[in-house]
Amino acid sequence: MSTSISVSGLVKNFGQVRALDGLDLEVATGEVHGFLGPNGAGKTTTIRVLLGLLRHDAGSASLLGGDPWSEATELHRRLAYVPGDVMLWPNLTGGEVIDLLGRLRGGLDSEKKARLLEQFDLDPTKKGRTYSKGNRQKVALVAALASNVELLILDEPTAGLDPLMEAQFRACIEEDRDNGRTVLLASHILAEVEALCDRISIVRKGKTVESGTLAQLRHLTRTTIIAELGSDPAPVAAVPGVHDLRLHDHRVEFEVDSDRLADVVRTLAPLGVRSLVSHPPTLEELFMRHYEDGEIRQ
Amino acid sequence: MSTFTGTGKLTRFILRRERLRLGVWVSILALVPIATANAFIGLYPDEASRQGLAATVASSPALTSLLGPLYDSSIGGLTTWRSGTLGAFIVALMAVLTMIRHTREEEETGRRELLGSTVLGRNAPLAAALTVTVGAGVVLGAILTAGLVGVGLPLEGSLAFGLGFLGVTVAFAGVGALAAQFTEAASTARGLAVGAAGFAFLLRMGGDSGGESLEWMSWLSPIGWFSRLRPFAGEEWWVLALWVFLGATTILAAIAIASRRDVGAGAFPPRPGPADAGAGLGSALGLAWRLHRGSVFAWTAGLAVLGGVYGGAADSVGDMLEGNPQLREIFEQLGGEQGLTDAFFSAAVGIIAIVTSAYAIRAILRLQVEEEGLRAEPILATATPRVGWAWSHLLFGILGPVLILAVAGLVSGATYGAITGDVAGQAARVLGAAVVQVPAVWVLSGTAMALYGLAPSRTGLSWGVLVLSLILGQLGQILQFPQWTLNLSPFSHVPLFPAEGLEVLPLAILVAISAVLVGVGLAAFRRRDVASG
Repeated sequence: MSTSISVSGLVKNFGQVRALDGLDLEVATGEVHGFLGPNGAGKTTTIRVLLGLLRHDAGSASLLGGDPWSEATELHRRLAYVPGDVMLWPNLTGGEVIDLLGRLRGGLDSEKKARLLEQFDLDPTKKGRTYSKGNRQKVALVAALASNVELLILDEPTAGLDPLMEAQFRACIEEDRDNGRTVLLASHILAEVEALCDRISIVRKGKTVESGTLAQLRHLTRTTIIAELGSDPAPVAAVPGVHDLRLHDHRVEFEVDSDRLADVVRTLAPLGVRSLVSHPPTLEELFMRHYEDGEIRQ
Repeated sequence: MSTFTGTGKLTRFILRRERLRLGVWVSILALVPIATANAFIGLYPDEASRQGLAATVASSPALTSLLGPLYDSSIGGLTTWRSGTLGAFIVALMAVLTMIRHTREEEETGRRELLGSTVLGRNAPLAAALTVTVGAGVVLGAILTAGLVGVGLPLEGSLAFGLGFLGVTVAFAGVGALAAQFTEAASTARGLAVGAAGFAFLLRMGGDSGGESLEWMSWLSPIGWFSRLRPFAGEEWWVLALWVFLGATTILAAIAIASRRDVGAGAFPPRPGPADAGAGLGSALGLAWRLHRGSVFAWTAGLAVLGGVYGGAADSVGDMLEGNPQLREIFEQLGGEQGLTDAFFSAAVGIIAIVTSAYAIRAILRLQVEEEGLRAEPILATATPRVGWAWSHLLFGILGPVLILAVAGLVSGATYGAITGDVAGQAARVLGAAVVQVPAVWVLSGTAMALYGLAPSRTGLSWGVLVLSLILGQLGQILQFPQWTLNLSPFSHVPLFPAEGLEVLPLAILVAISAVLVGVGLAAFRRRDVASG
């Protein structure tokens, strides 16, 4: 399997501030890769290095097999980018901007443009200055999705979209993935990444703290169990790997390290289980854990 | 609740936000005339030297066109001529910009909506902005009057000077309030109002450039009224009423429009545009053309009008020297009647070239406006190379001045030729005079580009270079600066063609300097990070 984006040990300083501090990122061709982190973690800076807008201070970055700085122009023919803050020219209509950006990239699928305009309920005859933030975002999204490119780089593309439009966006990305497009999706919206992404990289303070498939990351984390028991649940507390145990009469709620799950089930069985709910951690919990742990460790 | 409820509170709030900005405007606008009066006292202590200066000014239509007529050779008269009209123009800018910032811009950004939901009358924001702006005019007028009296000038003239600046403030506060009503975008309102101030300045430039036949143009200009108030030269106090009348009518019109429209809306609703881009909008250059074409045409038209005015005034140059045989002799040594008009045209195109440089700097700094407005990023993330994107705007800063100067020169020469019956010949002469200015304008284009590439936070310096060139070129000799400082301006190296021969070497050096500056700017821009806003 080939690689579309390969970044290792990336460092970028803005004066005294170190925005990227040895960041790693691998995006395989054909996958939707979630690039997850809180504001200021270095997601946008990484993307801007990949687009040749910023020069990195150390480490290496490769984009579609080329150097993002020196081969920027040729590489940009093969990708489309949606910035987090979309600003439009006040006197150009949305439709004009979509066509312009498509033509500057290397072609626009005008049928797809028409379909996307309908899907996103966007009026292309309005002037740039009259669009709301969400509609500016839609202009950039339609321009990117309708372009004939192999890689999409999206920086928090749904900020400002309503839930209905967010669903449309997900449908579009799923369709693109089925057509073999590679997508790098920077986001802090966990549900979106969870729903769309094959693999995820979590960044914090300019460093990658975790990278892998959702399944792999879950492996590292705890499962939440809620059970109603026929007898005293005290023995559960003694099982190694059980955390945050809460008791309400015969109802017990706790978290357990995933590799200790078998021991817990064995302990629960003789206690007369009346009901049992077990769910894997949501990305939300995963995310919080990494950052909370990070804070504690410091 | 009255429509003005809350004006007082809002006024204090605006003052709180404006104290630094307005403080800077007012102190500079007050200090320059006072310092100028002080400088004149030192430089021209006796009546004879002042009369010599007055004669030079009177013989230079270009100087009176730029700075207004000189009505009296006293220190006060000289100060009024030197700093009054230009100052009045800048006062007009202060007034319109302050008004628009606190009316339309507040509406556009939505802050007005937030305030509007509190106990606030519909007209309170307009009234508060007006109070602050006119208040700034009152403070400015008071400081000026006191300062001019302080350096020893007569009270009456000092008071007229101060009240004149207040009058301009009142009139243009109204113009700003009215412009803010028309469109939803603050930038368009600003363009309208600054354009109105610029047009008023151009009108009086025309009116002050020649004999009495053109003076009616200055009477149509609220900036031209400042000289007509005649501070220190037999004050015509009734002129103050003109400003008050203009201010009152524009403000009443603004209130009338405001009470008929929705908050946030303009008097002209935005129109829909095409859903698809035309064939021309497919490259960085195509985009740049869309962004620049309006301003190229506007500047070309504006300066062509000014050129035409100069062309019309040129014929009266000879008459103006009738009463000054000494100067007439000097000019005749330069080539008689033709030499006289050639010298006039050299000076006139010098002024047009300075104004053109302002266009050139603006066109090139559009790069920075685009970059900081985050509109460069989406373009640079396409297959557009950085240097190609930079050139798409750079072209307008390089070829735009050629177009503007050529058209202005042609119109100017043709107008003069139409009067003297030699359209083709005079059009060619003045076209030549205008086009030789191009390399000097390019030095300023290059300066802006070099700063943009090397130090984007310092691009404001290019305006400093322009102002310096203006001061050195127009006033350096009058204020008796040493020659080496005069040589700092690129415009002092332009040959006085066609009055003198066409020297190629200085032009070639100016072109070379411009090329190096542009090259340095491009190379630096290729290497640096693109701003992230």
